[in-house]
Amino acid sequence: MEELAAVFVARYNYWGVIILMGIGLYAMIAKTNMVKKIIGMNIFQTAIILFYISTAAKYGASIPIIAHGHGAQGHGIRAADYMNPLPHVLMLTAIVVSVATLGVALALAVRVYWNYDSLEEDEILNQIKAGQLNRK
Amino acid sequence: MIWQFDIIILTLVIICGIAAISVRDLLGASILFGAYSFMMCLLWAVMGAVDVAFTEASVGAGVSTVFFVAAVFRTSRSSKD
Repeated sequence: MEELAAVFVARYNYWGVIILMGIGLYAMIAKTNMVKKIIGMNIFQTAIILFYISTAAKYGASIPIIAHGHGAQGHGIRAADYMNPLPHVLMLTAIVVSVATLGVALALAVRVYWNYDSLEEDEILNQIKAGQLNRK
Repeated sequence: MIWQFDIIILTLVIICGIAAISVRDLLGASILFGAYSFMMCLLWAVMGAVDVAFTEASVGAGVSTVFFVAAVFRTSRSSKD
């Protein structure tokens, strides 16, 4: 039992990831304001990026830059001394993609505000229903 | 990775995230989201991902906040929830 508790306590970064994903999902589902929904989407994306960065981290390791790498010969490099750089590079792309989706989402929200004069989802739904009734 | 820094900054990240989605003023929510991004950038710098950290500092905390503020000024500032 204590071993199990130790495993759960030692992975605190993953607990942070789970909590942040919960915050993002809650904001996307339960909030009615569109800007709040977009903030929730971004929190969810950064939580996923944090998960990948957590898989790359090691205790007692340094950043993945080899000291005195140029012209060194004779001794090898221990992988345990350096963080894994592959997830870092993948997540660099994910950050750029996330800012692109943010720009598209905010542009759509501004366009919706021009048409319906409101950012609240329930008010927009009411206006759509009223418009359909008027047309009939 | 220094776990004391890690836990403190992780707590700050979660607090900033909860604050950013619960504030009713949308401009305040944007600025709190910028603070959230910057705390996340510090967390990644602690965890040894320096390249991801400075990309997040420039793109996440800088450009995203500018986008949010611009969108809030073009629409309404108040929110119901």
